[in-house]
Amino acid sequence: MTSTFRQPSILPGFGLTLGFSTFFLSAIVLVPLAALVMKTASMGWSDFFHVLTDPRAVASYRLSFGAAMLAAFINSVFGFVIAWTLVRYEFPGRAFIDALIDMPFALPTAVSGIALTAVFAENGTIGQYLAPLGIKVAYTWIGVVVALTLIGLPFVVRSIQPALLEVQRDLEDAAETLGAGRFYVFRRIILPTVLPALLTGFTLAFARAVGEYGSVIFIAGNLPMKTEITPLLIVIKLEQFEYAAAAALGFIMLMMSFVMLLSINLLQAWGRRRLVASGR
Amino acid sequence: MAGGPNKALLAEIASRPGRDTLASTLIKWSFIGASLVFLAALLFAPLITVFAAALEKGWQLYFSSFKDPDTLAAIRLTLTTAAIVVPLNTVFGMSAAWAIAKFEFKGKSLLITLIDLPMAVSPVISGLVYVLLFGMQGWFGLWLQEHDISIIYALPGIVLATMFVTFPYVARELIPLMQQVGNDEEEAAITLGAGGLMTFFHVTLPKVRWGLVYGVILCNARAMGEFGAVSVISGHIRGLTTTMPLHVEMLYNEYNFVGAFAVASLLTMLALVTLVIKTLVEWRTGIRKH
Repeated sequence: MTSTFRQPSILPGFGLTLGFSTFFLSAIVLVPLAALVMKTASMGWSDFFHVLTDPRAVASYRLSFGAAMLAAFINSVFGFVIAWTLVRYEFPGRAFIDALIDMPFALPTAVSGIALTAVFAENGTIGQYLAPLGIKVAYTWIGVVVALTLIGLPFVVRSIQPALLEVQRDLEDAAETLGAGRFYVFRRIILPTVLPALLTGFTLAFARAVGEYGSVIFIAGNLPMKTEITPLLIVIKLEQFEYAAAAALGFIMLMMSFVMLLSINLLQAWGRRRLVASGR
Repeated sequence: MAGGPNKALLAEIASRPGRDTLASTLIKWSFIGASLVFLAALLFAPLITVFAAALEKGWQLYFSSFKDPDTLAAIRLTLTTAAIVVPLNTVFGMSAAWAIAKFEFKGKSLLITLIDLPMAVSPVISGLVYVLLFGMQGWFGLWLQEHDISIIYALPGIVLATMFVTFPYVARELIPLMQQVGNDEEEAAITLGAGGLMTFFHVTLPKVRWGLVYGVILCNARAMGEFGAVSVISGHIRGLTTTMPLHVEMLYNEYNFVGAFAVASLLTMLALVTLVIKTLVEWRTGIRKH
């Protein structure tokens, strides 16, 4: 049976390491996630739909998904600009900025939450200049977008950087010699090479932003129906001991994560196929 | 050419060989400018604010906020949690990487996807699942109460939730690296009579050690900084089940901003140290990830 399950190898330890890994994976990740699915399944269709279509829940999806989408879009634009700057230009402090891009990966979300709130509050470093213009960032949906943009930025930049290095500069030069304008070169040579990576980065940033909790709750203000994200609603349901309702909302978010994980894998496979097809 | 001297000059500049035409220089600096402004608002300003707010009332108050016993308890709890979680996830990561990178078997890509799953799950859900398992209404809730074991609102729950969140970090650094370096040297070692463990520690590990360092420090940073998952499961008992990020939230909600930003400044320094090590590893190996 083993011989059809795996290809033969003289290296030892397959059974032990695979057994330990799957056991540990099951204990820490799979069984707990199964508990979530079972809890949701135990509540019956009508209760399930009642929880999911509650106006407060629907308002929270709108904010969570809308703000995550907007933040991922902002990140795609500025992420491209930053990745381009880091890959193509030499300027003082380039290596320093390149290293600092990963800061949101390493910085605890609670810290970025309180720091962003302090910066964008009405008396904050940046907020004080926005307030006279009538723009309120902290404690509004704009604050949610700002927090989610910070969280998603490294995903987009780090996805695009290697793809930009792949762009063949001799193709760009050839196109320019043949009379192509800057924008034409961008649209026909650079964008097609970078597109799979850009979409992957967008999806990664979006997936991370939808579930984000720590950095958002400080800056959002957390008003029901207005600035309340879905993860916060789950926490509130738990605090009220409505375990089934919390599980149902968690289940929906989990399904979304599955879909996004699947699309990330498909996008990456697509990107690899395009590279192979173009002979690189 | 009839548009006057300026236009002629621009056309002349644009026709010069090389990349550095006036237009490309303008584009270059507007790209650099846009990047810097964006990063300054979103990244540099918050970083500086953490330290500025922590030191707002002077160094003395800054240091005295670390004398608070609850703050010290939070730091201890965070260190304890990381000391349990990081080694366990490192052992898991090495074991999973060995099975996945060294052998071909059915269902491998499914296994990789499942290992990556915690990355895509909201931290709140990572905490929620354990409440559903071990909470009073959960699968094991009654049994645990009868045997007087507390998992929720206690250290074991915090450790489990942190473990869930940081689960993939070491494995996903090691797997691609071990696949890339191949099996030849390991097969040679085994053929020459070395045991499995000896092969792993003397042949495989030296080849992937920088990737391992990289995975471990990222895992550690995330473990010490995790907020959402731990927040759901900790119960926020002051001085007992508040980790450093939760303590930041508690002080902040009590309007003790100097205290909150003082603890936050420690976490920020941890993040900066993590980035420095990460950058050194990247320079050393030429790997570039994420």
